[in-house]
Amino acid sequence: MSLLTPNPGLIFWMLVVFLLVVFILAKFAWKPIIKGLKDRENEIQGALDLAERTRAEMVQLKSDNEKLIAEANAVRDQILREAKDAADRTIAESKDKAAVEAQKMIDSARDAIRNEQALAVSKIRKEVAVLSLEIAEKVLHRELKDKEAQEQLIAELASSARLN
Amino acid sequence: MRTHLRQFFTIALVAATCFLNTPSKADEPTQHEAEKVTESINEKEHKIEHNLEESEKKFNIGEMIMHHIADSHEWEFTHGVVIPLPVILYSADRGIEVFSSANFHNEHHEYNGYHLVHGDSEQIVPVDESRKIYDFSITKNVASMLLSAVILILVFTSIAGFYKNNKGKAPKGFQSAMEVIILFIRDDVVKPNVGPKYEKYLPYLLTLFFFILINNILGLLPGSANLTGNIAVTMTLAVLTFIVVHLNANGHYYKHLVKPTGVPAPLLLIMIPVEIVGVFMKPFSLMVRLFANMTAGHIILLSLFGLIFIFQSIVIAPVISLFALFLNFIEIMVAFIQAFIFTLLSSMYIGSAIEEHSHADHGH
Repeated sequence: MSLLTPNPGLIFWMLVVFLLVVFILAKFAWKPIIKGLKDRENEIQGALDLAERTRAEMVQLKSDNEKLIAEANAVRDQILREAKDAADRTIAESKDKAAVEAQKMIDSARDAIRNEQALAVSKIRKEVAVLSLEIAEKVLHRELKDKEAQEQLIAELASSARLN
Repeated sequence: MRTHLRQFFTIALVAATCFLNTPSKADEPTQHEAEKVTESINEKEHKIEHNLEESEKKFNIGEMIMHHIADSHEWEFTHGVVIPLPVILYSADRGIEVFSSANFHNEHHEYNGYHLVHGDSEQIVPVDESRKIYDFSITKNVASMLLSAVILILVFTSIAGFYKNNKGKAPKGFQSAMEVIILFIRDDVVKPNVGPKYEKYLPYLLTLFFFILINNILGLLPGSANLTGNIAVTMTLAVLTFIVVHLNANGHYYKHLVKPTGVPAPLLLIMIPVEIVGVFMKPFSLMVRLFANMTAGHIILLSLFGLIFIFQSIVIAPVISLFALFLNFIEIMVAFIQAFIFTLLSSMYIGSAIEEHSHADHGH
């Protein structure tokens, strides 16, 4: 029966020792231990969250990149098309211009040729006139000497005059 | 058994020789001598009988078990290896008295007007029966408790040091071994049972668990005290839980005691006493469960070891030793389970007392 009767002395010591242990452990052991555990858990959770966020960001970034690339491609295509158009236009314009210019040059050349021709013709006419006068002078000279020779000369002159 | 037989034969032999001798001596007799011989025979027989009785007495298994389970004023590791512990007595007339329990080692177990009574358990009683004394001795149990307290404080403050010094690093060694248990208590015992405000009770419940655990395990060591199998200890723990529960219980808990919801008025006559008995039943069950489990475990183990000394047979001893080994493993398991259950139930009692009832009551 003594087994079932609590001993007051033991109760006293038990209370004192146990409460002291609770107090000391709570202050010097459980507090830092629980804090350490919680800190570590928070750290791990934070790291996991960060990884999750980074992954989401990566996905976002990737889609952004793709969009950017698509946009860039579109812009490039447009620029290329525009450049090609511009080049075509320029080429066409230059061609037109060149044709016009060429025509103009041809025209002016033609004008120049015509002018030269006219000048040359008038020069020739003048020459011919001078020549004719010279011939006439020579003929007149010869008439004075010989009738036969005069005629021969006239024939000669006439044949040579045909050349002009 | 064998020694008993031997003793029996020696008696028989002595008796026989005496018996055979008497007639030859009777031839040259003096009445006086014959008387002397019979007297000496009687004396011898008496002595032998006494020896027999004493050897019978030497091993009383019930006494042995009680002696091991009960508290003592000295720490006996084995016969002769004894650490005397301080006796602290308080009495109104003499005040506080402190002396070593070794002082009781005399024929009458008496010292300074006190008598050490060996019964089921030891008790110090004053020789003068009119005096009233209070025994605050550092008994074997108290010494063991102090030892466990020192171990607990050393172990857990050193672990706390790991957490402070190795901040942000992975736990290692002993720290991770203890961390598993601490996390188990926190996440699987306290958190789900106490509820969201668990952190306030965590230090108490963790200490409770480790205190019971270490004392359960220390109690299994040979020569150690049976602290958690002592009803005073389990009672103190249960009462502390009771106090923690009822200091923190909310209004709903108390209201529920006197006015259980959903009970028809006539039934209240029965329900209120039942509820109130239930309040005291909880710590009572805590007290008895731990006490009975640990004491029963010790009794079984000691009974097995006692069997070895009863049979005194070289054949049976190894078998019993194997059995005792097996039971020792079970006791180690029980040490953990009982510490766990005590903590679990304490958490549940606290949880049920502080639970917030925002919606309808679910009963129990």
